[in-house]
Amino acid sequence: MKSDLRSYLKEIIGGSISLLTGMWITLRQSFRKPVTVSYPYRTLKLPERFRGHIELKADEQGWAKCVVCMACQKACPSFCIKVNGYKPAGMPRKVATIYILDFTTCSLCGLCVESCRFDALMFSREYNLASFRKEDYVMDMLERLRRRRICRP
Amino acid sequence: MPHDWLWETVRLLLYLVGLIGFAAFNAAYLSLLERKEPAWFQLRRGPTEAGPLGLLQPVADGIKLLGKQLLVQGGADVLLFKIAPVAVVIPSIMCLVLIPFSETMGARDISLGLLAVYSFAAINVLATMLGGWASHNKYSSIAAARVVAQNIAYEIPLLLVIIALVMVTHTFDLREIVAQQAGGFWNWNVLRFGASPLMPLAFLIYFICMLAEANRAPFDMVEAESELIAGAFTEYSGMGFGLFFIAEYVNVVVGSSIGAVLFLGGWHCPFGLLPGLHWFLIKLYLLCFAVIWVRWTFPRTQIYGLLNLSWKVLIPLALAHLIVTAVTVKLV
Ligand code: SF4
Ligand code: SF4
Repeated sequence: MKSDLRSYLKEIIGGSISLLTGMWITLRQSFRKPVTVSYPYRTLKLPERFRGHIELKADEQGWAKCVVCMACQKACPSFCIKVNGYKPAGMPRKVATIYILDFTTCSLCGLCVESCRFDALMFSREYNLASFRKEDYVMDMLERLRRRRICRP
Repeated sequence: MPHDWLWETVRLLLYLVGLIGFAAFNAAYLSLLERKEPAWFQLRRGPTEAGPLGLLQPVADGIKLLGKQLLVQGGADVLLFKIAPVAVVIPSIMCLVLIPFSETMGARDISLGLLAVYSFAAINVLATMLGGWASHNKYSSIAAARVVAQNIAYEIPLLLVIIALVMVTHTFDLREIVAQQAGGFWNWNVLRFGASPLMPLAFLIYFICMLAEANRAPFDMVEAESELIAGAFTEYSGMGFGLFFIAEYVNVVVGSSIGAVLFLGGWHCPFGLLPGLHWFLIKLYLLCFAVIWVRWTFPRTQIYGLLNLSWKVLIPLALAHLIVTAVTVKLV
C-alpha cells in the first residue's frame, strides 16, 4: 500500500519534470536563428555532384559532341531518349539532328551519361523545372544546346 | 432618471460590439501566433508573405474561408448542423461580457460572475457535441462522444479548484476577487499560501483543465487530425468551420482571462504600481502564449491517457487541495 502511493507520487513528479524539461527545450530553441532559406529570394549553393536532367556537351566549334552511336538510347531503362542524325560530307563523324529527352519518364539514373564513350553528355544543374504543361518536359536537347551557346558571353 | 436605462442600453451595446471585435481580433491574431510560435520553436520562419512579417495572413485566411461554399452533406440533421457553429461561438463571447478587464472596464458585473462563466462554458460542449452528431459521419460521432467524456472528466477538477478558491475569497464576483488581490504579486491567489500551501498546484490544475476544456492540444481529442480527420468539424466547410475555429481561440482567451482574474491578480501590477488594463492584457497574452507553447511541445495524448490523467491524478490532487484549503480556512 505504502509503496503503491510512493510509486504513484513518483510517477506524477517524474512526469511533471519531464514535461517541464520539454517546455524548456522548446523555449530555448525559439531564441535560435531560423534555419529556413526563403527559397525564391535566396537559394542554397548546389552541391558539387548535383545531378539534374541530362544535357549535351559541345566541342570547341560549338557542335554537339554527340556522334549518334545510340549507346545512351539503348542504355536508358525508361526509353526516354530519342537520337537521330546523319553524316555530313567532310565531317569525320555523324552529327545529331534530333536529340529528345522525355523527362516525364526519366528516373535520373544517369546510365545514359555513363554509357556515352564520347564524353558528349553531362548532368545539368537545373532544378527549377515546375510547369503546368506536360509538353514542357519533352525537351529538345539540341535546342537547349543552341540556346546555351547564344547565351554564353 | 428616465435616461439611465437608455444610457445603460447604449453602453451595453457598445460593449457588445467592442467585445465581438475583440474576440474576432484575438481569434485572427492568435491563429497567426499559433503559426509563428511553432515556427520559432522549430527554427522556421512561419508565414512571411502576406503583409510585413506575415501580419496580414489572418486576413487572407478569413477571405479564403468566406469565399468557400457552405456544404451540407446528405443525411445530416440540417437544422442542428447549421445551429452548432453559431451555438459554439455565442457562449464564448457571452463569457467575455462578464470579465472585468480593468478597474473601470467590463461590460457587466454580476455577483455570480464566476458561476455564470462556467455555465456558459458548458453550452459550448453541448454545441460541439451537436455539431459532431448532426454531421452524420462516423468520425464526427466519435468526436462527439469524446467531447462529452473529456469535458465531464475535466470539469470536475476544474470546479473543485474553483470551489476551493471561492472558499478563500468568499465571493463569486470576479471584480471582487480581483480587488482582493491588490498590492503586489505576493497577494495574488496563486501565491496565497496563507489560504492553502497548495495554491500554485491549484493554478497548475486550473491551467491543465483549461487546456482540456478548450480542446487544446495535447488534449484536442475532439479534433485529433491523425485519427479523426478533423473530428467534430470534419463535415464543416467555409465559415461554418471558421466559427468553430474562432470559438476555439475565444475559449482560449476566456480561459486565460479567468486564469488571470482568479489566480494572477487581474488588472493589478505585480509590484503594486500603475494598475490597469495593460497588466490584464499582459497576463492574458502570457497565458495564451503558454497555451500555444504547450501545444507545440507535447504530442497529443490518447483518450485513455486523457481520462486517466483527470480521474487518477487531477481529481485526487484537486480534492487534496480542497481539503487542505478547508482545514486552513477553518483554522485561520
Ligand atoms: S538518366 Fe536514366 S532514365 Fe534518364 S535519360 Fe538517362 S538513362 Fe534514361
Ligand atoms: S552515347 Fe553519347 S555519343 Fe552516343 S548517342 Fe548518346 S550522347 Fe551521342
